[in-house]
Amino acid sequence: MNAENSHHLEIRGARAGYGRTPVLRGVDLTLAKGEVVALIGPSGSGKSTVLRMVMGLTPPADGQICLDGEEVNYRNAASLRRVRDRIAVVFQQYNLFQNMDVLRNVTIAPRKIKKIPRQVVMENAEKVLAKVGLADKLNAYPDELSGGQQQRVAIARALCLNPEILLLDEVTSALDPELVKEVLDTIRDLVAEGMTMLIVSHEMAFVREVASRVIFMDDGLVVEAGGPKDIFDNPQQKRTGEFVSKILRH
Amino acid sequence: MQMLERLADEIPRFFTWGNLVLLGEAMGITLSMTLIGCVLGFVFAFIIAFTRQVPGIATLPLRTVAILFVEIFRRIPFLVVLFLVLFFIQAVARGTSLFTVAVVSICIYSTAYIADIIRGGFESVPRQQIEAARAMNFSHLQILGSVIVPQSWPVILPPAVAFMVGFIKDTSLVSQIGVFELTFRARELNNMGFSGILVFGIIAFLYFAISYPLTRWGQWLEKRLER
Repeated sequence: MNAENSHHLEIRGARAGYGRTPVLRGVDLTLAKGEVVALIGPSGSGKSTVLRMVMGLTPPADGQICLDGEEVNYRNAASLRRVRDRIAVVFQQYNLFQNMDVLRNVTIAPRKIKKIPRQVVMENAEKVLAKVGLADKLNAYPDELSGGQQQRVAIARALCLNPEILLLDEVTSALDPELVKEVLDTIRDLVAEGMTMLIVSHEMAFVREVASRVIFMDDGLVVEAGGPKDIFDNPQQKRTGEFVSKILRH
Repeated sequence: MQMLERLADEIPRFFTWGNLVLLGEAMGITLSMTLIGCVLGFVFAFIIAFTRQVPGIATLPLRTVAILFVEIFRRIPFLVVLFLVLFFIQAVARGTSLFTVAVVSICIYSTAYIADIIRGGFESVPRQQIEAARAMNFSHLQILGSVIVPQSWPVILPPAVAFMVGFIKDTSLVSQIGVFELTFRARELNNMGFSGILVFGIIAFLYFAISYPLTRWGQWLEKRLER
């Protein structure tokens, strides 16, 4: 494989779990630069755990995770730091810092952790917050915002880290239906900009629209992977077909 | 009736300048040993609570010591801690003042209690925010300073202040080892012939006079901390 289309992120035979409960039982997955890969599957299939594992929040017990061909050692602080420096994650429950206003939420890590000059951070933050449509909420606290607004702040916070890869963990699942669209629109903009993303989502229509590849997981394993058309219209595995037909019938 | 007559007779004799100074100083000792002991206790408690937050093998021995300290000293009566400290200090450093013994005892006891209050406060901060910070490369210290402490403050401070104010009363036990605080002076004045009802009535009022404003201050603080 030549350098141009080598995989940005590569997961091989990864196992992970909480305590003694295995959640991932050997997952293989690749993500190339500029790709939008969607993880779908029933609850408890391990989709979110894949993202948590990549970020080292639920470190892999076995298998390999490589970033640009370099294997990540999750027991090594410097190696873990490099991963978290290049990949950002947005959570289902937004996980904003409740004691900080919007501007502080998105600037604290670039300022304190990445040590980027204040001027640069501020300009970038205002630009990003304007992009997600929150230019007028800079000094609001999270509990003064709607769920959709909070989730857009969380996306802005991740973008302000200038990540090479963005992980989105069911970012619309906690939202009221009428707030889902504003968040999906924000993600559509990112897709248009060519952001490399690994998305866990239950929004099948959205996945079908934006994903370059879809990976169907069940019971801690990848069952099937392919283009959105293949997975949704012509699934090869029986289990995939069952899931897809059940979920599309809604 | 006889009792009232006796009180009326004693009151003018009791309120001499000398006795007032004596009681004033005793109040000062009661307050200062509680304050110094509890403030030091708060600092140590904070360190213990933080230590318990840091995961990993490297801090395991420290964590074990911290947990043992809290669990053991919360289950020993203060009076027993006091005597333990007294005899221990006398064995290693003769000539240490009784005031110091009292402060060390108060410090140990309040450390154990406040550490648990602080731990509860830390745990009240949602885990997800801490994970978000970890995913952004925050160190433990940065998470503590930027995320956990600012949010747990309002949960920690009211019960911690209530504990300290409540402890003012319990320091009366320190009279047992001969520190010249309020209760000790009361027994002294009683032995000098003043009526026990008069002396302990006045001492009771003095404890109340110290505690009540501080309790109100604590309640005011609690209100202010609610954003």
